[in-house]
Amino acid sequence: MRAPFSSLFAGRPRRAPAALALFVAAMAAMPLVAGDYLLSVLILVLFAAYLAQAWNIMMGFAGLLSIGHALYIGIGAYASAALFVHYGTSPWIGMLAGVTIAALAGAAIGALSFRFKVGGVYFALLTIAFAEFTRILADHFGWIGASSGLFLPVANRATSDVWHLRGAPVMFYYLLLAAVLALLALGRLLLGRRIGYYWQAIREDEEAAKALGIDVFRCKLAAVTLSAGLTAVAGVFHAFYYNNLYPETIFAIGRSVELMLPAIIGGLGTLFGPILGAFLLTGLSEALTNATADWGIDGLKQLLYGLVLAIVVVLRPDGIWPWIAARLGLGAAPHPPASRVPPSARERSEGALPQGQP
Amino acid sequence: MLLANILVAGLLTGAVYALMALGLSVIFGVIRIVNFAHGEMMVLGMFGAWALNRFLHLDPLWAMPLVAAALFLAGYALQRGLINRFVARPEHMQFLLMLAIAIMLTSAMLMGFGPDARNVQLDYAFDSYDLGGLLVDKVRVLAAGGAVAGAALLWAFFRFARTGKAIRACADNYLGAQVVGLDVKRLYAITFGIGAACVGAAGSLMLLLVDVHPYLATDYTLLAFIIVIVGGLGSLGGALLGGLLIGLSEALSGFFIDPSMKSMFSYGLLILVLLVRPQGLLGRRL
Amino acid sequence: MTARPLLAVDGIAKRFRGLRAVDGVGFDVPQGGIVALIGPNGAGKTTVFNLIAGVYRPDAGRIFLDGADITGLRPDQICKAGIARTFQIVRPFGGLSVLDNVVVGALRQTADLAAARRAALAILERLGLAAKAAQPAHALTLPERKRLETARALATRPKLLLLDEVMAGLRPVEIDGMVAVLTALCRETGLTILLTEHVMRAVMALSHKIVVLHHGQKICEGPPAIVARDPQVLRSYLGSVGRHGGGVAVPC
Repeated sequence: MRAPFSSLFAGRPRRAPAALALFVAAMAAMPLVAGDYLLSVLILVLFAAYLAQAWNIMMGFAGLLSIGHALYIGIGAYASAALFVHYGTSPWIGMLAGVTIAALAGAAIGALSFRFKVGGVYFALLTIAFAEFTRILADHFGWIGASSGLFLPVANRATSDVWHLRGAPVMFYYLLLAAVLALLALGRLLLGRRIGYYWQAIREDEEAAKALGIDVFRCKLAAVTLSAGLTAVAGVFHAFYYNNLYPETIFAIGRSVELMLPAIIGGLGTLFGPILGAFLLTGLSEALTNATADWGIDGLKQLLYGLVLAIVVVLRPDGIWPWIAARLGLGAAPHPPASRVPPSARERSEGALPQGQP
Repeated sequence: MLLANILVAGLLTGAVYALMALGLSVIFGVIRIVNFAHGEMMVLGMFGAWALNRFLHLDPLWAMPLVAAALFLAGYALQRGLINRFVARPEHMQFLLMLAIAIMLTSAMLMGFGPDARNVQLDYAFDSYDLGGLLVDKVRVLAAGGAVAGAALLWAFFRFARTGKAIRACADNYLGAQVVGLDVKRLYAITFGIGAACVGAAGSLMLLLVDVHPYLATDYTLLAFIIVIVGGLGSLGGALLGGLLIGLSEALSGFFIDPSMKSMFSYGLLILVLLVRPQGLLGRRL
Repeated sequence: MTARPLLAVDGIAKRFRGLRAVDGVGFDVPQGGIVALIGPNGAGKTTVFNLIAGVYRPDAGRIFLDGADITGLRPDQICKAGIARTFQIVRPFGGLSVLDNVVVGALRQTADLAAARRAALAILERLGLAAKAAQPAHALTLPERKRLETARALATRPKLLLLDEVMAGLRPVEIDGMVAVLTALCRETGLTILLTEHVMRAVMALSHKIVVLHHGQKICEGPPAIVARDPQVLRSYLGSVGRHGGGVAVPC
């Protein structure tokens, strides 16, 4: 059995490790040269990359479409923030609590859906429903500030207290960078194991996967639980970076949708796609904000953003990373799900709700 | 008596919800595309009726057929030109495309109409009928009447019109429809147009009841989903039943508990139905 | 004492909305044998397969593997018990490479990826797909996909292999190649095979025993030479012409 680190590059062309090392070095050196604005944008990029990677485990690897991941961000954020505000508990301990609750919530939603054979679009809608349900519940939950919000004491930006996550943006930058890289390594590790192969098999064809002895229920449950728990970690950083939480924004369906986009645009099921997608989309959004601010037209930024999204979807349905990787000679990351389904998939999608039918 | 008033108001609003949800149900039932831009189309219909009222002084009730016709054409073109390429793509790609369309629609409306809430001034806005102590708002009766008329028209179309029957054949058996020489592309475009017309008509009627602003869209999209799934996808009666149920549930939870919690009960109902009877209350077993 | 059959199917029945798809069918598959399940379209062959593979639960009857009752187990449990199957309408993992398709099967026996790859490659070699190992599965031709299905199922190292019309659509030369591969596998590894097939050429060449289904019921069972001469079989299945032996492919 290979050591986890070397397996990160297993089966890749030689250029890949060098490119990755270059990327890590450049990201690590960034705070030395970047100003406050650039650093804040890069933090947004890292948040987006991390969340997309965590979501990608469910959708990209196992083919489970969740449009309710804001639920897990919110759980992580509120659990750690409320414990800190009420008892002064370290956010790292709060993270433990948040991750556990989020993983349990994910497991419960998954278990209910998969037991009752809710799949496809219906599963996606169910994830939305649970997130929205929780949002409204949180709006009326006094202990976490309800709809008027939960606020953390503003940090002293001069010193960095890592144990309590109080400090300068650069501290968050490095923590998030470490989290993104750790998730990248985890993704590679998982894809090289039995579970990774099983997830991909389930993503491609559930019936065929069953026939090969794969316990589909347990594998899917593992994907949801893992993805939910990892997503909650980002929620903790979110809470302590922004210092304020409102159910209205943290559990918003818009957030669930936004966090999927880098993974889809970058390349579903790939390891580096979500990171690339995060750079592209955050960069695009910032560039549009700056450009359209001068013209003072409400909504123009969003219009252009939507247009770019539509163009990418039409022209590069597999995402941008596989396309770039092939051109850079980095080797396409492990097989993305087929974006063009064979005609028989029409029948299958209609069977999204199998009702014990023959 | 107060309770009765609230129940009736909820039911009448629910009828408009039902027409909106019918549009979604028709599109998903036939084309199998999940229209995540449905709420945006609803708000577009509301703004259309608002503009007709503002500039041509048309009553939203009379604006309804015009708005429906305009949205039919827009929906037809959209399906023909763009969405049809995505019919056989995986769900997440369809979702992304509809999302891009939704974002563009919302921002276009933001640019066109601004972020403020708009309403129509009607001389009968505060009239109500007194039915032996039961007070019913006139606008609600008119809106519900319009919605029922729209739904009846839709039912007649699918039941009696040649094209309507062809579309039904398409929904039942895609391959078979192609084999017998139906122009599936055209039928899909017509179907999307009809779905858009329904939601446009519902938007016009809704303007009688609420103010319109661009950010309403997401709520309507989710509401339409809830109704369609609770009632049963692809079932006309299901959409009607779902709309009335959600209208009732919103009215009751708003009255007894807290208006801000009304949609929580709708989501609760959705979760319950998805888990216990995923084909919906009136849906056929898939 | 006679040897215990590897698979014993005892009076299984399945109804779909009142229609009796399979009605009290029973037969044995001896250890190391090749048994063919034949019959006209709609005779219930695929339903019998799905009942054995755990896709459906039989309304009546029992199924034993190596003496153990496997009736009503889930498909993945059936596979773990030692039965692998192919699908009549092939279901490759389209986005995965040909090799990875088979690796998924091979991971049934080992959690070590390197070992699974070696096993998968050996099986691909055997089925003549090694040259295509790196290609995505959706790029394969239909005959290649059928072989991939067989390779993937074999990779789980089953005691019993269920082959659902893997010869359909193959050219005669390819059929002979597949027949050779399967016979060799049985001889060398003691694999047992239950297959359904419309290609009579393959059925006659491969099977030690034939079970004939008609309208969901077993109408005949025996060695190929006997079954091919059975008047009831000829009437119901081969039509009016009584040519037996090679080359008769019943139209689908």
